[in-house]
Amino acid sequence: MTQDSSPLPVTQHKIWHLPADVDTDALAPGAYMQHGIDVIAQHCLENLLPQFASAVKPGDVLVAGPNFGIGSSREQAAAVLVHLGVAAVIAPSYGGLFFRNAFNLGLLLLTCREIDLLQNKEQTIVYLRGQLVYLSPESVETNQPLVCAPVPDFLLAMVQAGGLLPHLKQQRALAAVTAHA
Amino acid sequence: MTVQSLAQKIIARAAGRASVQVGDIVTCNVDLAMFHDSSGPRRLKPMLEELGAELWDKNKVVLVMDHYVPAQDEGSRKIVQIARDWARDQDLPHVYDSQGICHVVVPQHGHIQPGMFCVGGDSHSPTGGALGAYMFGIGSTEMLGVVVTGQIWLRVPQTIAMHWSGQLSAGVCAKDMMLSMIARFGMNGANYEAVEFTGSAVRALSLPERMTLCNMSAELGAQTGLVAPDKITRAWLKAHPGPQTSSSPIHLPAIEDSELPPHADLHSDPGSIDVQHEFDANGLSPQLAAPHSPAHGVPLADHANTKIDVAYIGACTGAKLQDMQFAAQVLKGHQVARGVQLLLAPASLRDQALAERDGTLQILLDAGAQVLPSACGACAGYGSSFGDGQTVISSTARNFKGRMGPASTQVFLASAYTVAASALKGCIADPREVLA
Repeated sequence: MTQDSSPLPVTQHKIWHLPADVDTDALAPGAYMQHGIDVIAQHCLENLLPQFASAVKPGDVLVAGPNFGIGSSREQAAAVLVHLGVAAVIAPSYGGLFFRNAFNLGLLLLTCREIDLLQNKEQTIVYLRGQLVYLSPESVETNQPLVCAPVPDFLLAMVQAGGLLPHLKQQRALAAVTAHA
Repeated sequence: MTVQSLAQKIIARAAGRASVQVGDIVTCNVDLAMFHDSSGPRRLKPMLEELGAELWDKNKVVLVMDHYVPAQDEGSRKIVQIARDWARDQDLPHVYDSQGICHVVVPQHGHIQPGMFCVGGDSHSPTGGALGAYMFGIGSTEMLGVVVTGQIWLRVPQTIAMHWSGQLSAGVCAKDMMLSMIARFGMNGANYEAVEFTGSAVRALSLPERMTLCNMSAELGAQTGLVAPDKITRAWLKAHPGPQTSSSPIHLPAIEDSELPPHADLHSDPGSIDVQHEFDANGLSPQLAAPHSPAHGVPLADHANTKIDVAYIGACTGAKLQDMQFAAQVLKGHQVARGVQLLLAPASLRDQALAERDGTLQILLDAGAQVLPSACGACAGYGSSFGDGQTVISSTARNFKGRMGPASTQVFLASAYTVAASALKGCIADPREVLA
């Protein structure tokens, strides 16, 4: 688990506010599912926030209501967010399948019970240090992160590796080295 | 010996442990990996090549082409072609091309046995739980991990029992049970735990009706849905033997029967259920989910004057043989209302053939039904969908905004009984009034 004493840098992120129950079909609309991720990404959330796909910037963070990513197994729902450069999603709960898919694709999901503090529309910036979420520079200094469910170490390691595919590559490379040794 | 739920027993065996506790993170050996043309080859092939890896066990892999068939445009044609080419290059022993929807075709061909631990590249994979298997949906990258290593991690879930006492009335079926549970708990109400359906009303359900329950565990947000195997399960398994051909006998894809726990052990021990919710089947009326969520349950009477343009009987969760029979009970000797399109996309070719044989299909055709290919069709929302501003009543699984047509399409979800009754009346209707 990452503690406040870790050397991880504090990063500053612009927030996009999203409602509860954002489903996979809203993130990756079915009509574009036959295309590559670049095309699907252009239509991400188009029924909900038409300007999102063109205006989102790498490093931005989504702050959503409960049940983010409910619905389909389509991992494109997480892949579009990675493609658009979204740094993390912060929500009180997620669709279980989406949760696994996100980590498999290298997208950090933070499960935050204190979402009300973030969903205040005045809040436009959030600070992250690893899996710790801070509301303001002051809260970083006094080390008062929001209460989030801890991410298991192996999932954090997978996100840091960039997802399951790079993680498997590392493992296989390691196994090959061990076999030769 | 600690008490174990059905889910825990299956997970423990797959993890090579005597028992598991809720919250344990375990690595399980996978007995069966199912995927389709959309989640499968087009995504897996490039990743396997990038890794330089091979399938861990072809006998444990089942590929079903159901999402982009029949191909409607160049894009879908390519996706299906990738699947066909890959199946040939890999020499896959278990491939079902344009035979129907994976969640119905795979159990109908005997691939799923009680006690197995299975994954599917589709969110409705919990359907396999109707046979007393632990089966859940995963994304394509996670499927890559499974087909390379034969394993997957899992947090041992709680078991939530949905206990249905009493008996369903005429015109009420498993889809109504499910829609009522989704309305009560919401689309994430099961919080990715395991749901087990129990009680006399569940025991009385046929295997395909149990599939409808387990299938839409996905809409409860459960990791899986299960029904403990019993004599109905055994009879169904006997009628749906595993894959064999006269020329080349193929081994069952997963495991020998002797390796699985005996059916008698496949039940939740007393005291192993973490949460139990009680339901009374006697009091259940036909259910309706209004646009744009399966959890948006509304009294059917509130929409008695809502006119419909399309009545759609389709999907793994709404167009099996028994669903077609439900619709035929309502429509026998009648014609659908003027201006209403009744569309039927049977869940599998096998079910379609059976419906043809027992006269069900003819009743539906005589009523004015138009038969569509046996595939995911409009339910998947990948192409063929409904028109701008149309009002649709559908026996499918999801009515998310924009899924089955433009954002203006209004999709109501209901049982095949209710869809048929609505087709007959031209507006949303209670099937009990027609059946009476």
